[in-house]
Amino acid sequence: MNRKLLDLWVGFFVAIGIAALLFLALKVGNLSASNFLETYPLAAKFDNIGGLKVRGPVKSAGVVVGRVSDIRFDPKTYEAVVTLSIDARYQFPKDTFASILTSGLLGEQYVGLDAGGDERVLKTGDVIVKTQSAVVLEKLISQFMFNKASEGPDKK
Amino acid sequence: MAKRIVEAIAGLGHQVNDKLQRLGFAARFLVMLLFYSGQSFRRIHLTIREVYFSGVLSLLIILVSGLFVGLVLGLQGYETLQRYGSSEALGVLVALSLTRELGPVVAGLLFASRAGSSVTAEIGLMKATEQLTAMDMMAVNPIARIVAPRFWGGVISMPLLAAMFSAMGIFGGYLIGVVFIGVDEGAFWSQMQASVDFHHDVLNGVIKSFVFGIAVSLIAVFEGYDSVPTAEGVSRAITRTVVNSALAILALDFVLTSFMFRGL
Repeated sequence: MNRKLLDLWVGFFVAIGIAALLFLALKVGNLSASNFLETYPLAAKFDNIGGLKVRGPVKSAGVVVGRVSDIRFDPKTYEAVVTLSIDARYQFPKDTFASILTSGLLGEQYVGLDAGGDERVLKTGDVIVKTQSAVVLEKLISQFMFNKASEGPDKK
Repeated sequence: MAKRIVEAIAGLGHQVNDKLQRLGFAARFLVMLLFYSGQSFRRIHLTIREVYFSGVLSLLIILVSGLFVGLVLGLQGYETLQRYGSSEALGVLVALSLTRELGPVVAGLLFASRAGSSVTAEIGLMKATEQLTAMDMMAVNPIARIVAPRFWGGVISMPLLAAMFSAMGIFGGYLIGVVFIGVDEGAFWSQMQASVDFHHDVLNGVIKSFVFGIAVSLIAVFEGYDSVPTAEGVSRAITRTVVNSALAILALDFVLTSFMFRGL
């Protein structure tokens, strides 16, 4: 086989391979959508983070605005310290409310941010003070059962 | 009686010795291969020719099997997922299983049997017909001229083939899921994009296929170069290439998976 035809075939092969990789990166993966170019860190302390994981999404009004970058345990206050990387395009007021929510009934857990009305905004390294922990299903059920039991049989 | 026991132990030791010696030779062979690679890259056309033989000629089998694997994944995945009322997650299932595992592994197995075996046969026959010795006599280094281009040709082709396999499989899953069964197209792609991560899933798959490419190519050229130069020896070397490559791919896949996807 002559050399030019061979080169043509190999070039064609490499081009298809790279096209397949691009397809995997852009159409199948989320390289185009969720890469935040610049982020700034915020911290939030929770009593209980439930099943929150590193790299989980941070959403505000349902839109992904950042990712969970780190989860630590604070041995002094016995709280979980969650570090959030927020897209630098978005600023949140000082009294923003952070809560751990679940998408769907059994979906993954994410951090929801509800903006407050403060004039000042959170800056790099600030701590979100107002937080709400994850809802633990077992606690909820036991609370419900306890309430039912304490109502007593006579109040039917 | 005692003599037979001594003989048995001696035979065992002999075998272990042989295996160790072969392993040592394989390591020395790899070092020589890398050392002479620079020399073979100066005549890049040799490597391009091998990319043609191991990559371009494997295109058809890779694309067709990728399509069929995707079709089967689509059918089986739908069958299970619709029981739990989450058939929209079909895209996620197909894409994750292909990019993480099936793409690199199955493409690697096909590559080993399609391209690896032919490389072994070629080098083994060259050795059996004393072409390698003749080259040595003419002061042409057979490792630089014959072995290194075949090795690098395989290493270059393998990740590209695995990516094509995955892409084709996802297309197959799309064909079954969306076109034939009627899963919602928007949910199929958007859920896939939401849960397939470029670095964590796609890039790790590419790294896997690259490692498999190195393993398969090395085994193929080594078995050919080390084969017993007879008809039977060459046929045994080809069998060993396919068997050892398959074992190496599956074992390496376990090791790599446990590093890449632990606890996530």
